Amino acid sequence: MKSEVDFDDVQGIVRFGYGRLKGASYALARIKNLEAARSWLLSASVSTAIERNPPPATALQVALTVEGLRALRVPDAVIGAFSHEFVSGMTQESRSRRLGDLEANSPSNWVWGSSAKVPHLLAMFFAPPERLDSFKESSTGAVWNDAFEVNWLYTADLDGIEPFGFVDGISQPKVDWEQQRNMLEGQIDYGNVVALGEFLLGYRNEYGKYTDRPLVDADAATAELLNAEDAPEKKDIGRNGTYLVMRDLQQDVRGFWQFLNKHAHGDLAFMERLATAMVGRTRTGDPLVPIRREPISGIGPDADEVRQNRFTFESDPEGVSCPFGAHVRRANPRNTDYPGRPATLLSKVVTMLGFGPKGFRDDLISSVRYHRILRRGREYGPGLSPEDALGPAPSNEPSRGLHFICLNANILRQFEFLQNAWIANTKFAAMSGESDPLLGNRQAIWGCPVTTDFNIPKGDGVRQRVSGLEQFVTVRGGAYFFLPSLRVLRYFAQAGASNAKS
Amino acid sequence: MTPQTSFMVLAAITPEREAELRELLDSMNNAPGRVNPNNALIAFAEFSMIHVARLLVLKDNSLDDIKVYGLPRRDYPLYLAFLGNIDGERDAFYEELARRAPNGLRALFSCCEGFTSETPLVEWMKKHSRSSIAGYTNWMGRTVTRVREEANLHESIDRYLQSNAPSFASLQAQEVHTAVQSFVAGERAAGRLELSAETPTPLGWRLRNLLHKVGLPLLALLLLPILIPVGLIFAVRLRRLEKTDPELCFRIDQEYSDALARLEDHDVTNQFTAMGSLKPGTVRLWTATAVLRTVDYAARHIFNRGRLARIRTIHFARWVFLDDKKRMVFFSDYDGSFESYMDDFINKSGFGLNVVFSNGIGYPRTNWLIFDGCADELKYKEFLRRHTLPTQVWYKAYPGLTAADLERNTRIRRGLESSRLNDAEARAWVGLL
Repeated sequence: MKSEVDFDDVQGIVRFGYGRLKGASYALARIKNLEAARSWLLSASVSTAIERNPPPATALQVALTVEGLRALRVPDAVIGAFSHEFVSGMTQESRSRRLGDLEANSPSNWVWGSSAKVPHLLAMFFAPPERLDSFKESSTGAVWNDAFEVNWLYTADLDGIEPFGFVDGISQPKVDWEQQRNMLEGQIDYGNVVALGEFLLGYRNEYGKYTDRPLVDADAATAELLNAEDAPEKKDIGRNGTYLVMRDLQQDVRGFWQFLNKHAHGDLAFMERLATAMVGRTRTGDPLVPIRREPISGIGPDADEVRQNRFTFESDPEGVSCPFGAHVRRANPRNTDYPGRPATLLSKVVTMLGFGPKGFRDDLISSVRYHRILRRGREYGPGLSPEDALGPAPSNEPSRGLHFICLNANILRQFEFLQNAWIANTKFAAMSGESDPLLGNRQAIWGCPVTTDFNIPKGDGVRQRVSGLEQFVTVRGGAYFFLPSLRVLRYFAQAGASNAKS
Repeated sequence: MTPQTSFMVLAAITPEREAELRELLDSMNNAPGRVNPNNALIAFAEFSMIHVARLLVLKDNSLDDIKVYGLPRRDYPLYLAFLGNIDGERDAFYEELARRAPNGLRALFSCCEGFTSETPLVEWMKKHSRSSIAGYTNWMGRTVTRVREEANLHESIDRYLQSNAPSFASLQAQEVHTAVQSFVAGERAAGRLELSAETPTPLGWRLRNLLHKVGLPLLALLLLPILIPVGLIFAVRLRRLEKTDPELCFRIDQEYSDALARLEDHDVTNQFTAMGSLKPGTVRLWTATAVLRTVDYAARHIFNRGRLARIRTIHFARWVFLDDKKRMVFFSDYDGSFESYMDDFINKSGFGLNVVFSNGIGYPRTNWLIFDGCADELKYKEFLRRHTLPTQVWYKAYPGLTAADLERNTRIRRGLESSRLNDAEARAWVGLL
């Protein structure tokens, strides 16, 4: 049973990045007065995904951690039915190993998100920069102050450029809001349209199934909630909600450019080429492989989008144009369910049985459609051009970086898989001795003391290698949140109260 | 070549000694999930023929599942399993094991039924050996020695290229190939690099292998007149079972899953052990047996060069029937995280998972044995995690090396052995460095 999305129930950030609203602040709040917290949550005017004309001038979004749900006294049975990752949290020891949150990245060093510093709630405020303060004031006020102890995170508008100096936020999956996609048909050609259920709970995902989420019996507390599509007798707590992953990624901009400059012996053009190879795009966002002649579903017709995104790495099997280890190639290898594009059923079966392409690099990387995320992060800290980054740091050097935010319906299969198998993995694409050139933690692994290389394949000759990469990005905080639908947010604000009484 | 073989010693644990045994097993690790290769009980590192080895208590958490068929729960002895994959013959390995680690083995086995201080070790291990119904070896004939030599070769070439980077910058692939060839020849002559010659394949093994390769299809062909009608009847019955067999894909216990996770992701390779009961009845048992025999055949004769169908991340795997074929246990050694292992299988080889594991009680519903099933991704993952057992001790002879690393190193060596490569071959070869 397929139903249309009630956009008025979905928080706006799932559909829009609010890129037009260039001012943003994030409040990481811990509840100090439960009743006040409830009344703020009930009165907060949370922005929805309905398209308005003119678009709204401000936006407020709210997400909760598992600790937040507990603090609101949401019933244990409901909490326990959220995904294991959400319930156990980002800082679990075995999880840190998989995410690369070790040594300098270790949660014990985090400024927020570990042990006593786990927030209950994330409130995101978006407005034009000059209106941001007044919007925050009008949205918070006395009840807010009573309710929460707040750690404010600020963002910076760097005009679409991330702190290292590259155009950011280019590649995003297109959400199949109309639910037109046939997910069960094996994907032969790369597509950028991804099932709604990958980004919003309560709808079909890329397997054509409904991702697990809490389903409860109808009662007075849940009467207002929507029914589950796959279990109509149940109320769906997940429906129109999703998981929000947030990480504070501090970027050592001077360290990055000065390292490259040293490696390039001061040759600025060479330095730039190395940086480009590591990122996998030029600073202006152009890909390093040629644009494809044939269209890709979900990319275009906008000319910029075509120029920046209509490509796959099929045209570069040796990694000569874009190194295998380049950040964008790791973050989205753009491959499909089968290697070698088997067109007929017979050739698909042949491939499935293991008689497809047999080259060393064939069929090493998973099909990407199960591992996409919607990125919604914002930068922080003042901009610093690569040229200025080569100068010495002042004594009061501000920190710079990214408040990484992504949305996904299955943290384990989407964010964590991507971070673990593609970004942090020192063995990605059968390479050895390197991790993501930007995000890697550079830690030795058992049996491999060196993970600090970056190789640029040459095709007809020996690869060029950059050795001794330093750690350019340090994780300084993070948590898993649930971004509920508006109905469920109201339920959370009240359910605990009735729960406490009963 | 020296073919790899597998061994497995299975013995019932004396109930009152279980705690003691678990302590002994823990003492073999530096930390949970991190074996001490030179531990006092079995110093794995001293055995040049061991690829991987593990010791664990086979504690089946799903014994109640059979009740969904209206059958009573059956309790089985709690077993200690000691298994691994080795180069050469099993019996010779047992001898070596008994020679080098008699005290450790005695300490471990004395926690099992029927083992006394008088018991002769080798005989006892032979008596308690269990063979598998199907097994997989990533690369038949690639010995531990070869793995290590090829890894050294790769590292040595890597260092050489790095320290001479400027002079290589202008060389083309074929020139690089020639230059590296003479470098390696020099290193070998100076005794700095060892690349042992291939040993002759034991005649007995070759004969057995040939007999298996030809004999089994021949037998199937001969039995075809019987197999077809029987198969049809089977298909009908199986189809009916498939539609009615209950699914048991409970949400798994968080603490149990966390305890498993604590043992995972210490090396680039992980161990995996899963256990469960077969669905009751002959139809399921025969199906499982036929399917696994086929898998075994394919693994031995077709998928013995780095790929199990499309999967390239498995070093070794095996299926073993236990307790009069009422239960089955599966072991593997795979690269990457558990999540990526499951995704790899679901997305690349879902039909294979279904056909093999759907004969286990509670598996997500299949359709004609190969469809659906694990395509219900989350149900399947919950099913599998619930059947996963913690592996108390796990050793791999070459930490840090994935199956892809091993294949790359083998391809590098092979490329060196060709006196001349054409341009395309040379490009591909240089791309490995």
